[in-house]
Amino acid sequence: MRFALAVLLTLLSLGQALAQSPPPATSTPLRYGGDSTSGAPYTFKDPADPDITVGFEVDIMTQLGIEIGRKTVFVQNDWSNLIPGLNAGLYDAVINGLEITAAHQAAADFSIPYYVTFGQIVIRRGDADVPDIAALRGKSVGTLKSSQMEYVLRSFGGIDVRSYEEEIDAYSDLKLKRIDATVMDFPIAVYYAQPDRELQFTGAPVGRIEYGIAVKKGGNPQLLAQINTGLSQMIQDGEMRKILDRWGIWTPMMAQFTGDARPMQAQPDAYNHFVEATQPQGWQAQLERYMRFMPQLLWAAVMTMEISILAMFIAVGLGATLALCRVYGGVWLDRLAQVYIEVVRGTPLLIQVLFIYYGLPKIGIQLDPFIAGVLALGLNYAAYEAENYRAGLLAIPRHQMEAAIALNMTERQSLRHVVIPQAARIVLPPTTNDFISLIKDSSLVSVISLVELTKTYELISTTYYDYFGTGLLVAGMYLLLGLPFVRLAKWAERHVSRGMTRTTK
Amino acid sequence: MQPILRAENVHKSFDKTHILKGVSFQIEEGDLVSIIGPSGCGKSTLLRCLNGLETLDSGMIEACGVRLERKPGAPEVPGEVAHRLRRNVGMVFQQYNLFPHKTLLQNVMMAPMVVKGTKKEEAEANAERLLKKVGLYEQMDRYPINMSGGQQQRGAIARALAMAPKIMLYDEPTSALDPGLVDEVLDVMKELDAEGMTQIVVTHEMRFARDASDYIIYMEKGDIVEISDEDEIFENPKDPRTRQFLHRFA
Ligand SMILES: Nc1ncnc2c1ncn2[C@@H]1O[C@H](COP(=O)(O)OP(=O)(O)O)[C@@H](O)[C@H]1O
Ligand SMILES: [Mg+2]
Repeated sequence: MRFALAVLLTLLSLGQALAQSPPPATSTPLRYGGDSTSGAPYTFKDPADPDITVGFEVDIMTQLGIEIGRKTVFVQNDWSNLIPGLNAGLYDAVINGLEITAAHQAAADFSIPYYVTFGQIVIRRGDADVPDIAALRGKSVGTLKSSQMEYVLRSFGGIDVRSYEEEIDAYSDLKLKRIDATVMDFPIAVYYAQPDRELQFTGAPVGRIEYGIAVKKGGNPQLLAQINTGLSQMIQDGEMRKILDRWGIWTPMMAQFTGDARPMQAQPDAYNHFVEATQPQGWQAQLERYMRFMPQLLWAAVMTMEISILAMFIAVGLGATLALCRVYGGVWLDRLAQVYIEVVRGTPLLIQVLFIYYGLPKIGIQLDPFIAGVLALGLNYAAYEAENYRAGLLAIPRHQMEAAIALNMTERQSLRHVVIPQAARIVLPPTTNDFISLIKDSSLVSVISLVELTKTYELISTTYYDYFGTGLLVAGMYLLLGLPFVRLAKWAERHVSRGMTRTTK
Repeated sequence: MQPILRAENVHKSFDKTHILKGVSFQIEEGDLVSIIGPSGCGKSTLLRCLNGLETLDSGMIEACGVRLERKPGAPEVPGEVAHRLRRNVGMVFQQYNLFPHKTLLQNVMMAPMVVKGTKKEEAEANAERLLKKVGLYEQMDRYPINMSGGQQQRGAIARALAMAPKIMLYDEPTSALDPGLVDEVLDVMKELDAEGMTQIVVTHEMRFARDASDYIIYMEKGDIVEISDEDEIFENPKDPRTRQFLHRFA
């Protein structure tokens, strides 16, 4: 879940030079960013109906909107890119378990805490109790990557800290005895460990964690003030308490912070709903659940194919142009193409995707995520196609070009009618294979908020704690998507070589 | 009579190696001329200069009134001039160089359609006529790879003829062929000669050179040593170098 804080921190500086947005009129909706794959109870897909995004943060924002008289709109973005998205102007605020720490405050401005909590130690049921963090010394302890708890555990010393992207992976490993304990934010433990009969809470609270709503650094004091006022009102009028009780995550720190010592103010029905919806089920119910995913998976597959096909058009077109520049373009075009190819092939695709989406706005190029994704994949694959096509062009004997010129074709006509058609026959099979790779690599664009097949897999599997069944389902879909092209590659290898191999007659 | 092709003081170097050292000759319309000489003496280079495949260092080439001239030290002649020169000059290569992704018929039709914008039907009718002429009418739907070397070379001749050249250049057209397939190609050239085509053939086929050509050019080390009547050069070569070269074929 919380991966690559480093990427986040480098990228957020890119977005900061963006034009300042004007102060919001109270009538405009407040757009807030979050990642609905980040898990319960923060912001997540309702297990009973994966089309709805729910969570205590969603409830807080809805209530906040009421308090300040603005409509609120949720905007999905990948967790590690929430702050860059803020700077890129995708939304006005971020609420998604962001801790108010010095490091985070360097990157964004924070509201007063909307929730104060602690780290909960979890062990296997039946294992010896762990009274406090000091008792974890010498043990291997799982936590979330780039979280405040990770920092606390690591700086405590003597603890073998294992960082996880996903909370459920940490609990799985705990049950599989790969680690001895976990320490994660209390709400996570409440939702993923408490309902699990194999696990149990233990020990004293670890540390103190404050979550705040982030707005663009220095960009919007009025908005920040408005949010703070709304949060204070919610605390005063008891709405905050009700929300946290409904989600079953009220903490002693929260009682102290708000001065609210009353007993529970609402039934934990949101918690109960979650536990019920995620209980292991019989195979029939399981099957029904999978059937419910199908429309979502199919749409995701369509998205994957749209991205892949459009990106491939760019890759083939630009790749061919680059290859022609390299082989027939003269010294300067050759060099230029070479530089492009080296740079693109020498840097990770992930960085390119992030750069195009979050980096380019700095120089005034702000792209729709879909276009950015297609462009990034297309530009990347173009470099690989270019080298393919160059090899294809070089495989055509020079004599072919010469014969065409002797027939008084121009160089351009010779390329078009003689050299390129022959090279195309050579490169069709590898190109088709590359397209199959592209279908798989298209999953990378999920980092820029596109919900394609892999993202949908993440979404569903983390909702239901089910990597296995959904994994098979999604793997099957990828295979199905690629299959026609595997066949095409084979067909191409046999048939397009017409005239290139001797036929018996 | 005005010569159809003229070369004057043609110089050509590759990477400072002087290959053609001031070659001059002229050819009358309808002549069939053989160029002979030891390997590496510049025969191919000369032929390629004659239709603009190679740029000249200096000298002049004029074919059917199109003049390509470069004074010593002058900038390269624009490609457009070579393009005009080639309108009247067809070329056939040792390795045939048919386009493997096209059928024989398509090979012959391509250049007129691409270069001259000839209509498909017209190009096809013309191609069929030419394929009949070189004896490949039955093979027109074959791909080059499924044809013998002799067939491919005859196809290459038909392909060049499709552009209606006034002069045909051949660079060792039979050297890559099995001995049994040589004559079918030479016969086509003889037939063209009978029709009045101007032809220049670089060849090692001394029998053909002697029987079919109007005269023979003997080249050595980038220059023409002797231009002579075909019988005379074989029976009584003027230059001792020619005598020595021909001695090996005796
Ligand atoms: N493109 C080229 N670059 C460099 N040297 C060449 C090139 N073409 C031909 N030569 C050289 O020029 C000389 C003459 O070649 P060529 O005209 O092919 O001779 P011939 O056809 O008489 O055997 C040879 O030494 C050959 O190596
Ligand atoms: Mg030669």
